[in-house]
Amino acid sequence: MLWQALTFQLGYNATLVTLGATLLGVAAGVTGTFLFLRKRALVSDAISHATLPGVGLAFILMVAMGGDGRSLLGLMLGSAGSAWIGLLCISALTRRTRLAEDAAIGAVLSVFFGIGIVFLTFIQTMSEGRQAGLEGFLLGSTAGMLYSDAVIIAVGGAAVLLAVIAFRRPLSAVAFDPEFAASSGLNVPRLDLIMMGLVMAITVVGLKIVGLILIVALLIIPPVTARFWSERVTGVLWVAGIVGGVSGYVGAALSAIAPALPTGPVIVLVSFSMFALSLFFAPARGVLAAVLKHLSFQRRVHVRQGLLALAQGQPIYEKLTLRLLRRAGLARADGVATSDGKARAAKALRDETRWQMARSREEFALAATFYDGLTEIETVLTGDQITELDRLIGAPKGVRP
Amino acid sequence: MIGEEFVALSLTPMLIGMLAAIACALPGNFLLLRRQALIGDAISHVVLPGIVVAFLITGVVAAVPMMLGAAGAAIVAVVMIEAIRRLGRIEPGAAMGVTFTAMFAGGVLLLEQSDTSAVHLDVEHALFGNLESLIWLDATGWASLFDREALAYLPVELPRLLIVLTVVALFTWVFWRPLKISTFDESFAQSIGVRTGPLGFALVIVAALAAVAAFDAVGSIIVIAMFICPPAAARLMTNDLGTQVAWSVFFATLSAVIGYVLAGYGPLWLGADNAVSAAGMIAAVSGAILALTAIAGPHKSRSGAPAKG
Repeated sequence: MLWQALTFQLGYNATLVTLGATLLGVAAGVTGTFLFLRKRALVSDAISHATLPGVGLAFILMVAMGGDGRSLLGLMLGSAGSAWIGLLCISALTRRTRLAEDAAIGAVLSVFFGIGIVFLTFIQTMSEGRQAGLEGFLLGSTAGMLYSDAVIIAVGGAAVLLAVIAFRRPLSAVAFDPEFAASSGLNVPRLDLIMMGLVMAITVVGLKIVGLILIVALLIIPPVTARFWSERVTGVLWVAGIVGGVSGYVGAALSAIAPALPTGPVIVLVSFSMFALSLFFAPARGVLAAVLKHLSFQRRVHVRQGLLALAQGQPIYEKLTLRLLRRAGLARADGVATSDGKARAAKALRDETRWQMARSREEFALAATFYDGLTEIETVLTGDQITELDRLIGAPKGVRP
Repeated sequence: MIGEEFVALSLTPMLIGMLAAIACALPGNFLLLRRQALIGDAISHVVLPGIVVAFLITGVVAAVPMMLGAAGAAIVAVVMIEAIRRLGRIEPGAAMGVTFTAMFAGGVLLLEQSDTSAVHLDVEHALFGNLESLIWLDATGWASLFDREALAYLPVELPRLLIVLTVVALFTWVFWRPLKISTFDESFAQSIGVRTGPLGFALVIVAALAAVAAFDAVGSIIVIAMFICPPAAARLMTNDLGTQVAWSVFFATLSAVIGYVLAGYGPLWLGADNAVSAAGMIAAVSGAILALTAIAGPHKSRSGAPAKG
């Protein structure tokens, strides 16, 4: 079943929806990256919750004008309208009052959602409203979708993706460095507006598949996942697009074989599992890599301290130090240095003495900032400087009888 | 609307709405000033998986396991947000977004997979609450307030919220000075010996407590709205923290009362015959109050000394 769903063999509608979800996922991942880099990820949460009154009002209006009320296109137009008003409210609250953006986001999100719920409960009392299925917009549902709706979703997904591709260059310039983008002639406020427009388009298209409560996940999780894999804007954009696309594709396919489940949570959990994998196993920034890095650092500190102790003839009590030295063939089990160990210990002690001299002298102040107890001084100072240090330290002197 | 019917059908939901609103608005004041306003949003989302897991383990919808489950979920969420923020060096907003959407999605799927048809537990209940159904059928009039037998059948949410509100109010009162100082100047608070870390954590826990209790009674919309709207509106009314808290309590009460009345009786006045969601209407009224203060509040813009470069 799953294989059939993944290879588009579950009928025309399911195929269209899966395709639409994939395209939408790619578009959402890329747009979400711009939002994420601008540190405005949660604005999208307010935008998506603000669509609800529009959906309700559009339904009521369409019914009042004698229409069906369930026309997806009409509902989408309504949702776009109220999302736009919500966006205007956020910018008015942050610009014209002293409230911070997070308060404005929270206020718009909850108030618009509340108004939307009022409309929904009103619709439930209308005779036409009982089978409206508007609750499907909360968590997404692809079950029993009309052919025309599936076409709208597929076309909408493709259109949003094309728009994202068209604007990717100026948007990534602004996301990466707004001041530089402004100085090179880009209209930053207008591009911010375009970015918000794209977020709105994604929300509106995704409303039916993902649902308005969770669509924000499609904009946040892919870029956060991608951030673990790349340090470059282009890299993050690519990975985010792929993660978003795979989430949409696998999520929509999974929900095609389990129609009872709401689609949104399935898609979100698919993308979250990709995030969790990245969090643990990403090569440079993942948890596993961090643990390995920490362990290797710990080993280096222990070996270094052990060598210094050997050089100064002090006994080593720390078991880990002793084990590491033994494994490297630098010391015997009773804590006595091997000949190799003696040479390395002498080198470590000389290094440490040179560092101490360097740190006590004004002229080496800059180099001294590199001191961390592990770095060898030859990697920081030139040969001439080390000769100068050795002169300051002085030659070994005998003990007067 | 004054009389038997009012006491039996409207008094308790209205009181519960008020208590929930005030319990959320009190910690909301501090969260707002600390730029943590969206914590309420995150908490109200992660509470769902906690409650579902508690239900799956115990098999009953009871207050104590649900509270424990919700508190556990809140702690898991806080740890997860911190872990993502530190390990991935991700900004807190995005880390929060990842955490609460994933946990909410998990909660919804768990709920849909498990057999909860026998009990009153579903996603819509979690979102909108069931304020209207918290009626006091044993009341026969105002005299029932002094009737011990009728009082025994009060909806349990009312005394529970009363206890939670007392805890929240006590916390705010006892820690008023350290909370105030650490909210406005954290390093000064540290220098005079306030342990700001544990205090901030305690504030989040108290907020979670209020959110869970209110969530159980009235759904998550009111929780989010009451954490943010009354304190934000109050912030635009005054520069003094004490006055701000007082205003926020007033606004929260006002939203609950007007919202409930509008939801219950508004449609009747307009000629429709069914009430609309009280939770949604309370959130809408709190938004209207915020809009009014944003237009005409005496302290709506930044005032006082100009910002130093």
